[in-house]
Amino acid sequence: MSETRYKTLRDVPAEEYLLPGSPECAGCGAQLVLRIFLKALGGDAVLVNAAGCLTLLNVYPYTPLKLNWMYTAFASAPAGAQGIRDALDILIEKGKITPKEDLKVVTFTGDGAAYDIGLHAASGAIARGLDFYYLVYDNEAYSNTGFQTSGATPFATSTKTSQPTTLNPIGHEGVKKDLFEIWRSHKPPYIATIAPSHIVDMLRKIERALKYRGPKLFIAFSPCPPGWGSDTSETVRISKLAVETGVWPLKEAIYGEVRHTFIPKVLKPVEEYLKTQERYKHLFHPRRQEKVIKTIQENINQYWQKVREKEKLE
Amino acid sequence: MREVEMMTGNTAAAWAARLADVDYIPAFPITPQTEIIETLAKWIGEGLMKAKLVQFESEHSMLTAAGTASLAGARVFTASSSQGLLYGFEMLYSISGWRAPLVLVNVSRGVAAPLTLEPDHNDVLSARDSGFIQLHAENCQDVLDLILLAYRVSEDKRVRLPSIVNMDGFYLSFTREPVRIPSKEIVGEFLPPYTPTLPFCPSRPVVKGASVLSGSLYTYFKHNMHESMIRASEVIDEASRHFEELTGRPHKPVEGFYLDDAEYVLVMSNSFTTIGKKAVLRLREKGVPAGLVKLVMLRPFPAAQLARLLKNRRAVAVFDQNLSLGLGGIIYSEVAGALYNERKRPETLISVIGGLGGKYITMEEFEYIFNLLQHPEKIEPGKPVFLFRKDELRAVENTIKLAGVV
Repeated sequence: MSETRYKTLRDVPAEEYLLPGSPECAGCGAQLVLRIFLKALGGDAVLVNAAGCLTLLNVYPYTPLKLNWMYTAFASAPAGAQGIRDALDILIEKGKITPKEDLKVVTFTGDGAAYDIGLHAASGAIARGLDFYYLVYDNEAYSNTGFQTSGATPFATSTKTSQPTTLNPIGHEGVKKDLFEIWRSHKPPYIATIAPSHIVDMLRKIERALKYRGPKLFIAFSPCPPGWGSDTSETVRISKLAVETGVWPLKEAIYGEVRHTFIPKVLKPVEEYLKTQERYKHLFHPRRQEKVIKTIQENINQYWQKVREKEKLE
Repeated sequence: MREVEMMTGNTAAAWAARLADVDYIPAFPITPQTEIIETLAKWIGEGLMKAKLVQFESEHSMLTAAGTASLAGARVFTASSSQGLLYGFEMLYSISGWRAPLVLVNVSRGVAAPLTLEPDHNDVLSARDSGFIQLHAENCQDVLDLILLAYRVSEDKRVRLPSIVNMDGFYLSFTREPVRIPSKEIVGEFLPPYTPTLPFCPSRPVVKGASVLSGSLYTYFKHNMHESMIRASEVIDEASRHFEELTGRPHKPVEGFYLDDAEYVLVMSNSFTTIGKKAVLRLREKGVPAGLVKLVMLRPFPAAQLARLLKNRRAVAVFDQNLSLGLGGIIYSEVAGALYNERKRPETLISVIGGLGGKYITMEEFEYIFNLLQHPEKIEPGKPVFLFRKDELRAVENTIKLAGVV
């Protein structure tokens, strides 16, 4: 790869933009992602937020953040980002502010906003070529309201609105939307998936994205201990397992060209990942749902089969 | 260009935005508003004004961007109508709560269902509790003037609240009238540059739109906004006086017409007021002491001015071009509230509802209202009178019959 200032964990910048004292839950994957993300992005930015867990970072009159913040509404954070970007551009053009006062504009939302209620606003902003970053913390459900199914909830997950019963032992019967591919169909300059267990990978991706003008999108794997029923100390290990079992592929797409930044040599069985979380407990207790587990594993296998075939061709 | 031009209400609105030297115009098309954004897009394209116009994928996004751009320091103009206003409705409360002093033109149109294009005021009045100042135009000149006035008042640090300027779809939006265009110099003197409150900044970061999670804090901020809204009344008076000095055109929040010795008074707003005034003149010729009160400012609600103008009158009718289903006229209730504590309030207060979906009101119908004011015993007190003529009902029945509906 091209030159990078991030080679090992020692290269993680020391600057902090998210300080201690936030009201988020212990072990929050989203918060960990944000902290690292800001280290690579820098503080000359404004975060444009939609309703979600991380909205509660700012409860008046306190903030743990050292950078600008704008809470908009559930459905329209990308449009809020557009308003700020456009205002800064025209004010600089008209000489009302100096280029020194410019800011990077970052939409920062959960999966509910990104996959569901705010998807059209994101689609519009990408299609308009808005010069912004969009960081999604994907905890695969509406966690802030108590963990209900979202468009990002994977097949066979137990949520508060898809609880396994005798009539439906599977849990959520739908499939997780492929936001990466939805965004990729818009041909933005940069899209990446990231995970809090793979920090160097994350930093390098942000570093690469900084070079592009236009929409730059990041989907971050974000374990949610209260919703997922996982131990608060296990967040990073679960993230690592998600990558190693192939559940969460690490990849990027530059102007639509996909490249996997980490290809597991051997996929660990998905069971190892599923068993770390209560939201999949119904697949193993009171009896093992072999067919469902097999479906999940086969879907993963098929995905990676295609990736490997493509790699071989290249 | 000439000082007086023939132009539609939509063009007058675009002219106001141009004269105000707005920086940013988030847009989304909807009939009957679209001509405003088309005109502005054309002018920007031709280099006649320096602003950025961005077309969004919905009014909800459009209004979100309008609000955040205003907080970032841009003077923002935007426009919508009816379904569009309602689609973006959530953001109205956000924009006012953010204290983003932008101006939104609403071109009134009845709200579906049934789907329609012509005006009534259910769309704009649905926003009456949202924290937007509301100014309603009677003619195309008002459209231009009230937008300039709205910027001055909204951006005033004693107010810092957004404004809606309302004009009737079709009756103003697509109707050409003579409009005086003030010079750049006059507008420059009237409207100082917009200085945002703590805009986003790299060296001094700010948090905007934070949650409060406590009833006390929520009440504190809402009451603060309420006080600013009340203060807007004085600021509007001050700005109107200045505007009149510069242009010779007075714009009062509440305007009286033939009120001096009027015993029978009609209260109304927007474009149909012009017909109402004509009816007053005709009745005066017949010796009836008729008068009219035009409501220009709907928020803050000018209760004290109304009470002052309406006390000691024999009978008052409130004409509502809106319908709160199960209640009646929206403005009627507000006028009644404004009069309750006035000892010398008129004995009779009649509610009249008409003009829904743009249905025309004839001079005779206005005369009918004044006739009711002289003989209130003919109707049940407090029960709204619906203006719907027999010939109109026959026409409706005929339409249905012709279509073969059983």
